[in-house]
Amino acid sequence: MLEALQYEFMQNALLAGLLASIACGIVGVFVVVKKVVFISGGIAHASFGGIGLGYLVGINPVLGAMAFTIASALGIGLVTRKTRLPEDTAIGILWAMGMALGIIFIGLSPGYAPDLFSYLFGNILTVPGFDLMLMAVLDAVIIVLVVLLYRELLYLSFDEEFSRVSGVPTGALYLLLLCLVALTVVVLIRVVGIILVIALLTIPAALARQFTHSLKKMMLLATLAGIVFTFAGLWLSYLLDLASGATIILVSGTTLFISFGIARWRQSAREHSRRSASSG
Amino acid sequence: MAEKELVRLKDVWVYQDGVSILEGINLSIKSSDFLGIIGPNGGGKTTLLKVILGLIKPDRGRVTVMGQSPERGRKYIGYISQSNLFDRDFPISVLDVVLMGRYSKSRLLRRYDEQDRKAALEALERVEMLDYRDRQVGKLSGGEQQRVFIARALATNPRLLLLDEPTASIDPTMQAEFYELLDRLKETMAIVLVSHDISAVSVYVNQIACLNRQLFYHGSKEVSADELEKSYHCPIQLIAHGTVPHRILREH
Repeated sequence: MLEALQYEFMQNALLAGLLASIACGIVGVFVVVKKVVFISGGIAHASFGGIGLGYLVGINPVLGAMAFTIASALGIGLVTRKTRLPEDTAIGILWAMGMALGIIFIGLSPGYAPDLFSYLFGNILTVPGFDLMLMAVLDAVIIVLVVLLYRELLYLSFDEEFSRVSGVPTGALYLLLLCLVALTVVVLIRVVGIILVIALLTIPAALARQFTHSLKKMMLLATLAGIVFTFAGLWLSYLLDLASGATIILVSGTTLFISFGIARWRQSAREHSRRSASSG
Repeated sequence: MAEKELVRLKDVWVYQDGVSILEGINLSIKSSDFLGIIGPNGGGKTTLLKVILGLIKPDRGRVTVMGQSPERGRKYIGYISQSNLFDRDFPISVLDVVLMGRYSKSRLLRRYDEQDRKAALEALERVEMLDYRDRQVGKLSGGEQQRVFIARALATNPRLLLLDEPTASIDPTMQAEFYELLDRLKETMAIVLVSHDISAVSVYVNQIACLNRQLFYHGSKEVSADELEKSYHCPIQLIAHGTVPHRILREH
């Protein structure tokens, strides 16, 4: 592994993992506490339409995905808030329509789409330099927005009604939160791919939640967890010659389940000792 | 203190999916009122509070809060929603919850200053929850959470306190303590609370209104069986004049 580190692709992969962890650590916390996991899944999948559009008009598919995810985030946000359509129905429809558009666009593109698979499932080993730069810029945008609007985003997530009464612009803020999710999806596409994005948006935050009741600490812990997961997943995939994106997800998910298991075991041990203490 | 009108509703109608939720509501809340609004579930109690807060626009009629539109006037209202609706695992401390009450006094992108912190701590002191300020709010008991949400409303320096089913999430032994707290607060602000629990409300409030799409407003605590029947469609526990509520179950 150590000698692998001198290769540029390996250094890029680690940098990509780091940048992805920052975005999913910060935004993932809001996704989890505001319970917009399904909406985020919809936004992520709909971004496939943007990948297809990128192929069709001949620009970097990640840039196509960025335009498309922002549009679909606003679209899903407005449809779920302003129409009578039940939220999960609207998400399901836009989710599938985005993917369908992607397939049509790719079908219309001349030639064939060589690295299509890597957009769907990610390939952290082949992230180009430009995409790394884009990831860094998007991370910076996410950090600045969250630092400036931390209080408002916290209030929106905790108690939307009271926030609205207090003068928080909840409608606009909700759309902004979905746009942050959209940007995070773009950051994560190259690392774990559209289909697996949702795992990195939720697992590090869910893990961090077990250890703190401060949202800020949760973001920090989730980012650290993301770094550990991506690095460990990368190392394992290198060692065992497995797909990197999928390995990262499986490492994350397994760690989360083990952590839940330990928490449960400790709780039942506590209850057991309390019971034996009271009976004795 | 001269009686000042804080809230006025004039012939307010609200429809949802073509069905009327509120029908021709007329209501006036004055600065020293302690009003209990009772009515069955689905009778429009929460809707009425939301109309006063400007969260729901009436289809007909006029609402003013402090002589202004609800959106502008609601900064004088401390709102306590049904607190059993929030996510118990949410990572937020008691003090951060109470600081939310200072938001309407601050502005977007502005940070809280010492004065905001002081106001939040004072509000916690008033509800005797100061020692809990660093605890996670979801880990407190129902009664303690209730106090935190009252503190949040108090941090706004309200002229009027609106409480939605405040006793739903606290156990009966805590209820007396809760009403004593309201009894202290009513000296400095108007209070309106809605509940489907008639007996609990009746002991402490000064006036009672019955709401079941229409509002039967009495201006005193005496409610006749007829009026209760109109709002509940089925006679249940009655309130008599006096301090102790009688529970009379009449025949259907």
